[in-house]
Amino acid sequence: MKDETLISVEDLKLHFRVAKGVVRAVDGVNLKLGYNEAVVILGESGCGKTSLAKAILRLLPRNVQTYSGKVILKGVDVMQYSEEEFRENVRWIEMSLVPQAAMNSLNPVLKVGDQVTEPLLVHSGVKKEEAYAQAKKMFQHVGVPEDFLQRYAFELSGGMRQRAAIAMSLVTSPDLIVLDEPTSALDVLTQANIFNVLKRIKQELETSFILITHDISTSSELADKVGVMYAGQIVEWNDAEAFFRKPLHPYSQKLMASVPRLRADKEPDFIVGQPPSLLDPPKGCRFMERCPSAFDKCSQEPPTINKDGRLVKCWLYA
Amino acid sequence: MAQVKAKAKNKIAAPMARIEREIPEDVLLSIQDLRVWFELRKLGFGNAGFVHAVDGVSFDLHNSEAIAVVGESGCGKSSLMKTILGLYRPTGGKVVFENKDISKFNTQTLKWYRSDVGYIQQDPYGAMAPFLNIEKIMEEPMVINTKKSHEERLDRIRKVFEEVKMMPYDDFLPKFPHMLSGGQQQRVVIARAMMLEPKLIVADEPVSMLDASVRVEILKLLRGLQEKHKMAVIYITHDLSTVRYFSRRIFVMYAGNIVEKAAVKDLLYNPSHPYTLALLAATSDPDAKNARTFKDVPPGEPPNLINPPTGCRFHPRCPKIIKGLCEVEIPPEFEIEKDHLVKCWLYK
Repeated sequence: MKDETLISVEDLKLHFRVAKGVVRAVDGVNLKLGYNEAVVILGESGCGKTSLAKAILRLLPRNVQTYSGKVILKGVDVMQYSEEEFRENVRWIEMSLVPQAAMNSLNPVLKVGDQVTEPLLVHSGVKKEEAYAQAKKMFQHVGVPEDFLQRYAFELSGGMRQRAAIAMSLVTSPDLIVLDEPTSALDVLTQANIFNVLKRIKQELETSFILITHDISTSSELADKVGVMYAGQIVEWNDAEAFFRKPLHPYSQKLMASVPRLRADKEPDFIVGQPPSLLDPPKGCRFMERCPSAFDKCSQEPPTINKDGRLVKCWLYA
Repeated sequence: MAQVKAKAKNKIAAPMARIEREIPEDVLLSIQDLRVWFELRKLGFGNAGFVHAVDGVSFDLHNSEAIAVVGESGCGKSSLMKTILGLYRPTGGKVVFENKDISKFNTQTLKWYRSDVGYIQQDPYGAMAPFLNIEKIMEEPMVINTKKSHEERLDRIRKVFEEVKMMPYDDFLPKFPHMLSGGQQQRVVIARAMMLEPKLIVADEPVSMLDASVRVEILKLLRGLQEKHKMAVIYITHDLSTVRYFSRRIFVMYAGNIVEKAAVKDLLYNPSHPYTLALLAATSDPDAKNARTFKDVPPGEPPNLINPPTGCRFHPRCPKIIKGLCEVEIPPEFEIEKDHLVKCWLYK
């Protein structure tokens, strides 16, 4: 089971229509993920990482200009599904989402238990008692006391609410969970706790994760693979082991150097300049303007180069 | 009703006993046994207890010194900061700035005080009026506090913008806050705090809303300004990993108390309070090994500050609790090495 591909995304594009033109939030993304594997998508704000999550789960706003590519889940291209089929067979059945700031998006007037069981009632059509039994099981996995099912969101602390949101994504036992910045608003100790929970779920329930974050330090807590996103594209795809030792792409290297470290005396550095506007991204390499090792070839679109199974979109490796 | 009120008064009066002590000469700001409590109301009238947000905090901040206050949300670090800024009145204790007790200030003297103290907010976008352009935003402190002409004000803005590397400066002046990137917005907020050449800057999580690549740039900028202008800076954060590049001393705060005070190196290499140890253990460095191990996190959550635990406030979560002592008596500060103070019975 383990080396089979669970999900494979090919040339995924998601462009939005805005007043000023077309924003190319996701611009030709490829990724591949096996069973019980966790990949971290790293990127700065505005690089399109949240749009990527939405594109994979087909949670689209109204102003979509282009939505194309392939999302192959267990060998089936789910992009061909109609909205109805997708909702019935894929979303929350095969993969679920823990949205950004999930802990603040719980409904204040419903009991936590009613919300956590809702995906199960809607998607699997089980009875309420069964759903509650399942929710109890998931609460045990994420480490929330069972009687919290009967409470309201405001009675729970931030960390507990985040765990409840994770439990909610788990109730239908999907194979893939997409987590969008699961710990960005939490305290250090709570963060460490949530990552402990995620690691335990990965071991016990053999779930796969796509973790979307800008926080490089904590991302290493869960990652098997790392994808680095810059200006709507994945510029590096690497094993976590290799990535945290020595990233390939100049952007990844700069990003790693910018992380303040607790246990090393290295002075952090920063990246000069700003990411390009996604309204009109540069023709060639999108990182060229900020890249210390840019040369004349970089004004052409760089190919994605396979370097011993690690993918990097940079002319330096051509 | 009257009885309740009298009771409330008694409760408030207890911590008013002040520690009068000599303030050394080069101390800019001295916090003495500061308490900030918020009263809870029952049905709008009766007293329903107090939130002990800051409960007995003391420290001295020297001229041109950078310190960091580290703590989780709800530990009282923001209340401490707001009291230092003169936005809250202390319930007990004193905030002494240049030998003047700021809790006794009236509106006029507070205005003088605030022109000496700059404030850098956490969310740069929220800190600026969206309907004013950058020129108006930057001018505001000088309009309120000085009698300088428009040209003189623009002159000062130019100087400050050069320092925070917002160049060319007149490109930015007509813009509105939403037209700037997050990093630029934070620079404007820093520049605004610098306008009146303050002696003290209070920075409340100045980089937590920014991206990793910009974060370091802003911190370096802030440190550069601090060294150049010899300002004192109080840097408030929850992120231990950014602290070492910024300040000389670190104060770790938990549930309204400062539990450990130490120089940066001492705190990182010889952390002594069990809470500091837990914080350090929970902070990750990017390393693939992390994925294979579980973190050691103390159980439970920070206590409710309405009814904080008796004795040491960390005792319900502490792995090294001394039964019969920690839950009964409040630990005093023990000096385990020079300038390294720990509020923990382990070092008795």
